[in-house]
Amino acid sequence: MAKIVAGVCSSHVPAIGAAIDNGKTQEPYWQRVFSGFEESKRWMEKVKPDVCIVVYNDHASAFSMDVVPTFALGCAAEFPPADEGWGPRPVPVVKGHPKLAAHIAQSVILDEFDLTVVNKMEVDHGLTVPLNLMFGSPKEWPCPVIPLAVNVVLFPPPTGKRCYDLGAAIRRAVESYPEDLKVVIFGTGGMSHQISGPRAGLINSEFDKAFLDALATDPSKAKGIRHVEYMREAGAEGVEMVMWLVMRGALDDKVNEVYRFYTVPASNTAVGHIILENAAA
Amino acid sequence: MDDAKKEYDDIPGTFVFDQERSRQGYGINAFCMTLMKDENRKAFRADESTYLDQFGLTPEQKDSILKRQWNRILELGGNIYFTAKLGATDGLSFQQMAAMMTGSTQEGYASMMLNGGRSPNGNRSKSEWSSK
Repeated sequence: MAKIVAGVCSSHVPAIGAAIDNGKTQEPYWQRVFSGFEESKRWMEKVKPDVCIVVYNDHASAFSMDVVPTFALGCAAEFPPADEGWGPRPVPVVKGHPKLAAHIAQSVILDEFDLTVVNKMEVDHGLTVPLNLMFGSPKEWPCPVIPLAVNVVLFPPPTGKRCYDLGAAIRRAVESYPEDLKVVIFGTGGMSHQISGPRAGLINSEFDKAFLDALATDPSKAKGIRHVEYMREAGAEGVEMVMWLVMRGALDDKVNEVYRFYTVPASNTAVGHIILENAAA
Repeated sequence: MDDAKKEYDDIPGTFVFDQERSRQGYGINAFCMTLMKDENRKAFRADESTYLDQFGLTPEQKDSILKRQWNRILELGGNIYFTAKLGATDGLSFQQMAAMMTGSTQEGYASMMLNGGRSPNGNRSKSEWSSK
């Protein structure tokens, strides 16, 4: 049986990707960010997942305003890095796990989550930056990745509760997959940030830290946060923290917090990161 | 949901990209998507006004793009992840665009961020801005 053993959340700030791609990771500004992921990379090497499910959002790369799926599951064999205006990021092509992805689609749709199935998709910094943070910059990503793109660009995104419940449905799907696979699920985006309008630059460390606490120990509180509260307290684009709740819903109610990191800023954004393991893992 | 809409309209300095804005701004965002291709960026730079005529923009929308009124573009239905492609075409980073939208200098904005960013205090409600 396949099993979700742990969840990882991390911001996916594009400037972090640019710092990696342009060799700036040793600069003091960026050292402050990257040093927070050293322990995480060691943890990841120890866990050695067979598959990662990465919950992220596309930033007008794969999806324009022509089609806006709320939840889109990547079922393809591979996902090339998107050209976000400066040429594609020089990172490996993301290899999918079409068999497990198809199984998840089949299972969660019958579980009443009306996913969009995507068989051709490019992936942008939203997906590849967290892979870099957790795996470094290898020649090939060490395991297959199933992307789950969540709309957080066009308001309203799915509610935190809906995201959490989808996470639980994904867990049921994974656990009904016959092959023994160790799965880690990522929630990405956040934390507080606003990059649009005259209020850009908003950061709310207090909100972010309370969110991390709730995520670890009181998920029912975290999933009850309304969109307007995210936007008012954590910035218009801070609402993307709902994606972390997909990760949380896929774990046990009680989890062990393995690691946490928080720093301000990376470009316009508060960087938050947490690793949670199922107690029995 | 109507109540929620009223609530987020009270957030100051923020244009929530909701279904209504998306409807109004479809042409703006469709234009921005074309800037992902270098040949289109070249064609746009060569004659911005003619290039923009392909997208069914209102005169206000077209004017705001030509003048790079970044906030006005958002107000008229542009979304930041799309307008960032126009910014990139102009050689601007996300942080440079953010600085421009806040009316700050690049240095002033970068230093605000290094000092922990803009506090939510005093920035939660339009009533707090109108007294400034």
